Amino acid sequence: MLIRKAPDLTFADVTPKSVYLDRRRFLQTVGVAGAALAAGHRLLEWVAPSQTAFAATKFSSLVKSPFSTTEKQNSYEDVTHYNNFYEFGTDKSDPAKNSGKFDTSNWSVSVEGEVAKPRKFTMDEILKLAPLEERIYRHRCVEAWSIVVPWIGFSFSNLVKLVEPTSKAQFVGFQSYYDSRQMPEGRWAGIEFPYVEGLRLDEAMNPLTLLCVGMYGESLPNQDGAPVRMVIPWKYGFKSIKSLVKIKFQSKMPPTTWNLAAPNEYGFYSNVSPNVDHPRWSQAKERRLGEIFKRSTLMFNGYGDQVAGMYNGMDLKKYY
Amino acid sequence: MRALLTSKWTKVALFLLCLIPLAALVWRGLHNGLGANPVEFIQLTTGRWTLRFLVFTLCVTPFRKLFHLPDLIRFRRMLGLFAFFYLCLHFLTYLGPDQSFDFSAMLKDVAKRPFITMGFLGFLLLLPLALTSTAGWIRRLGGKRWQMLHRAIYFAAIAGVIHFYWKVKSDVREPLFYGALVAILLLWRLGDWYFKRRSAAGIKLSPQQASAHPAR
Repeated sequence: MLIRKAPDLTFADVTPKSVYLDRRRFLQTVGVAGAALAAGHRLLEWVAPSQTAFAATKFSSLVKSPFSTTEKQNSYEDVTHYNNFYEFGTDKSDPAKNSGKFDTSNWSVSVEGEVAKPRKFTMDEILKLAPLEERIYRHRCVEAWSIVVPWIGFSFSNLVKLVEPTSKAQFVGFQSYYDSRQMPEGRWAGIEFPYVEGLRLDEAMNPLTLLCVGMYGESLPNQDGAPVRMVIPWKYGFKSIKSLVKIKFQSKMPPTTWNLAAPNEYGFYSNVSPNVDHPRWSQAKERRLGEIFKRSTLMFNGYGDQVAGMYNGMDLKKYY
Repeated sequence: MRALLTSKWTKVALFLLCLIPLAALVWRGLHNGLGANPVEFIQLTTGRWTLRFLVFTLCVTPFRKLFHLPDLIRFRRMLGLFAFFYLCLHFLTYLGPDQSFDFSAMLKDVAKRPFITMGFLGFLLLLPLALTSTAGWIRRLGGKRWQMLHRAIYFAAIAGVIHFYWKVKSDVREPLFYGALVAILLLWRLGDWYFKRRSAAGIKLSPQQASAHPAR
């Protein structure tokens, strides 16, 4: 059997001490270069943020709205990290975590049904449809919390006038985008998707009803319903449908997601009212995010002057 | 294992371990980590920990028997009291920030809303157990009666799960998870009780039974 013997090492094989010591300097140099590279990247990111990490577009020259409240606005952090957007998960922190890669490019909204001019609107067309306004609204969730948000958009009636509803159009149905591959958490939500909502035509035409494309001076973040949503400030938050893709004018009252899920808890109208309790929690009070104790809830969320007339003679306890 | 379970220090270590959820809340509170709705965050967290500690407490007896670790009994009272401790914090967030310490408003709310009623029932069931958790009370009540009273924890755990199930809007995964744990732990007891009764009956009847059923 051949046993291979390692050749004897001689002094010449030993790494000279100077080189050996240099090894440390070499590593230091590499380390410093690496750190510099990382710092440079960070600086670059700070000067010119990459689009994937920060996709918001700033809106300039926004028109101020007489409908805006002067109440203290909630922080952008709160409004972007406390969301009900069940397609991205049912925990309030889920949408911010899970909507990052939601693809809203090449978006369009189709308008159909009882209209003289059915058509599709691209996002560019929507953004140019009317002058963009900043509307600072109170937003009241059916779960008895509320926020104040500076939304950006224009009255939905601007769009309605363009498509010319026929005389048969009594209601407007809305539909959210849904794609189980982009929204895998949605399967656990316990409600049917795509999410649908609806308004009576006069409600849709009310100047307060906002077609919303942004907030806090920027385009909508994904978790808040990018790229376009509805905001109906005198109704509970779930009426303000997010990530809108379809609008249908119709003669019949459209189905609405939460009403389908629990008809005894959520009605079609869902106007904010301290007098009509949800079976599981009181609607008399609400917690404004940022406050500890609850404050009284206002009828129609404080928008009675603009909207109460639409419900004259209606029993709002019956039509909740 | 025995030495570990009977050591005084294990109890101290467990006590400190049980305080970690509270410490985490305090730490979050000091570092702006309670989110946009801190009251709700504390409410949900303490509610979850109440259910978890109820489950831990209910684990003690099955684990003692299944793994032949009778010394686990030393930790049962502490775990049960921690369930009650987190329940008290949970209840305080409701009584305080939600009801502004208005007792009559709270009682109205308890009467009106089934999910609140169920949570309050769980609280009422656990309250006497916490009060009678001392050795003195075991003596005063007598072991049998004390044990009967403390079976109320089964109903408190069920009430807690129903309270959670009725609270969520549509995603019932989490309450069902706790429901499954409680169901397993209670069914184990039912099975244990049934087999014990049968074997006890079997011992009593064994001579006749043995002759009546020779094939067994």
